Amino acid sequence: MIIKSLSISRALHFRYNDPMKGSLTTSDIHHISKLANLPVTDEQIKELTEQVGITVQYVSKLQTLSTKGVVETSQVTGQENVFRKDEIDPSRIFTQEEALSNAKRTHDGFFVVDQVLEEK
Amino acid sequence: MMIDLPIRSIAKKLRSKEMSSVELIEECYERIEKVEPSIHAFITLVDKKDALSRAKAVDSRISSTGSPLAGIPYVMKDAYLTRDVRTTAASKILDTFIPPYSATVHQRLHDAGAILIGKTNMDSWGHGASTENTDYGPTKNPWDTNRSAGGSGGGPAAAVSSRFCSFGIGEDTGGSIRNPAAWNNITAMKVTYGRVSRYGAIAYASSLDTMGPTAKTAADCALVLETIAGHDPYDATSSTRAVEPYSKEMTQSIKGRKIAFPTEFYGEALDSEIREAIREAREVFVSLGAIVEDVSLPLLEYGVPVYYILAPSETSSNLSRYDGIRYGGSRALFTRESKRRIMTGTYALSSGYYEAYYKKAQKVRTVFIQEYQKLLSSYDAILSPVTPMMPTEFGELLDDPMKNMMADLYTGIVNIVGTPSLSLPCGFGKGNLPIGMQLIGSMFSEGSLFTLGHAYQSKTDWHTHLPSIVKS
Repeated sequence: MIIKSLSISRALHFRYNDPMKGSLTTSDIHHISKLANLPVTDEQIKELTEQVGITVQYVSKLQTLSTKGVVETSQVTGQENVFRKDEIDPSRIFTQEEALSNAKRTHDGFFVVDQVLEEK
Repeated sequence: MMIDLPIRSIAKKLRSKEMSSVELIEECYERIEKVEPSIHAFITLVDKKDALSRAKAVDSRISSTGSPLAGIPYVMKDAYLTRDVRTTAASKILDTFIPPYSATVHQRLHDAGAILIGKTNMDSWGHGASTENTDYGPTKNPWDTNRSAGGSGGGPAAAVSSRFCSFGIGEDTGGSIRNPAAWNNITAMKVTYGRVSRYGAIAYASSLDTMGPTAKTAADCALVLETIAGHDPYDATSSTRAVEPYSKEMTQSIKGRKIAFPTEFYGEALDSEIREAIREAREVFVSLGAIVEDVSLPLLEYGVPVYYILAPSETSSNLSRYDGIRYGGSRALFTRESKRRIMTGTYALSSGYYEAYYKKAQKVRTVFIQEYQKLLSSYDAILSPVTPMMPTEFGELLDDPMKNMMADLYTGIVNIVGTPSLSLPCGFGKGNLPIGMQLIGSMFSEGSLFTLGHAYQSKTDWHTHLPSIVKS
């Protein structure tokens, strides 16, 4: 899965580092935190810039290993196309009450979500 | 105490009515009451009354043909959904989460009559090697309460080590069952990917996550694995391969079995006490008739980089579902360690970096699989350390991201390759701190690893040593 940048303009502002180098800036961390939908404080930005930077730098070690012609592995089961019948299994259906039982905000049997569209 | 006995002996006594599950549960809770305040293995302890009433019910219908796990007390890492019992993954995000269904592993143990007595501590979401990255306070090592119990499953390991229960269920993505087993002087099996259903287990990194038992001995682990392993239609990655009768077959001789000893694994990065203990263990295997040979496995140094790309990438994707709408609280509540991993993973998957990181790591994963397959086609197992360091003091790993990553040096590779690995106690270092080793086998070779482990434990008594906090 490739996470797309938030927008083209943001992508242009986002200073792409050379992946071989791997060191990160605070603006990189700001950008990644938005992609990850992760609220971070200014203090955490500082810490994450340093620590994620160290990790990225370290894992960049892989670039030194040649993998020419090697096919990537995404899973190790050896199984392909595992299907099941398209049938309803009544034992696995939640009641509405069960489905809502862990939600912090509900209304009339529905989940409540924040508004995402603005009225004109 | 009764709980010190092997599961097989307890099962026999329960069937002959020499003792009851009720008595056993009473004994466990007594010990928990006494020792748990100094250990903090539990996040949620099942109400004693509930555990006892279940034990009573099991006692009344215990039979010689039923499961040997009937009436046996156990704990689960708090990463498994347990219907009506709070499940937190050690994160405040799930502080009040009551699952409306159960993980397959829990269901199978429940159906076998085993008695869940609690949900145990861990690094939240499995992110860590010390159970310090938990929102519920760290678990202390029963062998030295100033030190970590390992992680991410420090809770289940400390609970078994303290003999609060007969066995624990862990989840191993990069060492989370094996590392705490080594640091707590207990045994653990990290299974072949797909051997045990992941249904209802809270995902860390989906292509690496495995579910397995931890207990006093290889024999006990084998009994538990026979119950929880096997195909599950609810997990499309679970294997349809039949489960072998591990406990029946494990008593075979290991004469002539071949064990590889990768010399690169025993270099500078490894603590000298651990190196020495495993060298002695090597001699024990030789004395049992096994053939141990030095081999070269030069890829070791690339294991941690592959793991620290794949696991954070997959966890950043898995944890994106926690939006606080259907269940759970705010994403601001992720720990520092989880934030580090989510950010690292998001970065590795982001546009412009995907090829250089995630895809590259997946290619190196293929190289690892080929190397291990090649070696394991001529050997029954690879003898490896579990951790490069002895149990750490609190704060040691928290303050040092590099050291924290290095804790997974010998364990993460096994998840990358997907094969099983049995972690066994093999000695003690300064301050009476436990040392562990692991036997890594080829895909679905759990049976063969149990046989090697059982032979070793028949010849040695490391696994019988108890921490003094339990003895006093």
